[in-house]
Amino acid sequence: MGFTDVLQKMTNSAKIKCKKCGNEETAYHLTQNLYICPNCGYYYRLGARDRIELTVDKKSFTEIDTGLTSKDFLEFPNYADKLEKAKSSTKEDDAVVCGKATIGGKEVALFVMDSKFIMASMGSVVGEKITRLFEYATKNQLPVIGFTASGGARMQEGIVSLMQMAKVSGAVKQHSNAGLLYITVLTDPTTGGVTASFAMQGDMILAEPKALVGFAGRRVVEQTTKSQLPDNFQSAEFLLHHGFIDAIVPRNELRNTLTQLLTMHGRRANS
Amino acid sequence: MTAYDKLKIARKSGRPTGGQYIKEIFENPIELHGDRRFGDDLAIYAGLAYLNGEPVTFIAMEKGWDLQSRMERNFGCPKPEGYRKALRLMKQAEKFHRPVICFVDTLGAYPAAEAEERGQGQAIAESIMEMMGLKTPVISVVIGEGGSGGALALASANKVYILENAVYSVISPEGCASILWKESTQENVAKAAECLHITADDMKHFGVAEEIIPESLEHFPEMCKALKMQIAESVDELMKLSEEEIVQQRYERFRKFGIFDEKSSAGKGFFRK
Repeated sequence: MGFTDVLQKMTNSAKIKCKKCGNEETAYHLTQNLYICPNCGYYYRLGARDRIELTVDKKSFTEIDTGLTSKDFLEFPNYADKLEKAKSSTKEDDAVVCGKATIGGKEVALFVMDSKFIMASMGSVVGEKITRLFEYATKNQLPVIGFTASGGARMQEGIVSLMQMAKVSGAVKQHSNAGLLYITVLTDPTTGGVTASFAMQGDMILAEPKALVGFAGRRVVEQTTKSQLPDNFQSAEFLLHHGFIDAIVPRNELRNTLTQLLTMHGRRANS
Repeated sequence: MTAYDKLKIARKSGRPTGGQYIKEIFENPIELHGDRRFGDDLAIYAGLAYLNGEPVTFIAMEKGWDLQSRMERNFGCPKPEGYRKALRLMKQAEKFHRPVICFVDTLGAYPAAEAEERGQGQAIAESIMEMMGLKTPVISVVIGEGGSGGALALASANKVYILENAVYSVISPEGCASILWKESTQENVAKAAECLHITADDMKHFGVAEEIIPESLEHFPEMCKALKMQIAESVDELMKLSEEEIVQQRYERFRKFGIFDEKSSAGKGFFRK
């Protein structure tokens, strides 16, 4: 459930039930609480637009590279249908929104993946838009902030979706070689080919509390090794413990954390 | 032959594995072990050898040839330390400006709790990103199975070749079938293999592989001779480029992938195939 959904509910003053604990909360209270359940602390998944609104300075966001849409070029079972449904339910063209904005007054290039669009799987459009964003940021000497969420590569686009991992990684590498800052914020869920590429390539890797982050799916791991996995397996806390992310940042502190990191990577006054 | 037939051939036990290609194509291989961080993953067989008298770094996925060697090599499914060993040797090759030749043959990166704990995703991500910036030529050959990100981690190369009956896929047909149709029965797996477009012909069609290497396993030495010529030719061609040109050629190679529609905005619209 996202911001727009919440707004709709607000107009008919309904209550919203937490997926985790079942606690009912007024929509108004939930928006005030940044879509975190006040009872159990569950983080509602956010659509891309809601995320942008919570993250960037008011009215600072300008979207770029709109109008790219996926093609069912393999005539893959149900893909065309899936795309249509995702487009009409999210009102987005595909699973990532890119643009420029300011955060705490600092200019950034921003991409935000939207798990409500076919679980933000990465096909040609997602790969192309993120690649273009990095190219744009390199050209304009901007830091990149990326919010990841993904079920992985989009199998409906076959091998072409796998190639997006290398395409984006190449653009990230060029951006990095130019001495520019890239911060990723891993949100629930970040898995598969996105974890195995640009999600893990940030100079700083942040995550939301309890976000699921992993490469292989939990069920596959269980089947392969026939072992019981701990409850916190592949959670942000698990990754922090094993040394694979820099910090877990609560939603209400994220803007401040990003602002400070951006400020610390600004040009020195005397250079 | 259907995609499923090819999948079965690519996986068939008795099919030559990475080490056999190294032995056939290169002279005097010296194996180099370990990632210098955690351990030594035998699913990755790597080291130095001569190619027509010139030193190269070779990195091969090795499935093993009998039960014991297969178990030691985890059936060719690399762990994070395998990818980190591979990357260590690629960076070493970059330092000494010698070409890297990779042989890809894996069902996929090892999906186990220990691999996740040690950052399987991070290891692959780093390998791909560093390969995309490597200032020395990389040539990859898919000799059996090219299983998803675990394969791409050794195939973010300047040139990619694929054997006639090898396959390369974003997800295993079994995984795809169980997502699409809940059950990965033989019939569903065959259908998934078809849908995913995993054959060498598909790779050539999409530009994922430069050339298909004809197979004749009963004449393995001759077949390897042809592959060796192809590799040597590519090495010669790429070694003539400057470091910047090597990186640029690789970037452009991957930059072109993507099939989508774009609404023309400000006269900049185009359609990519």
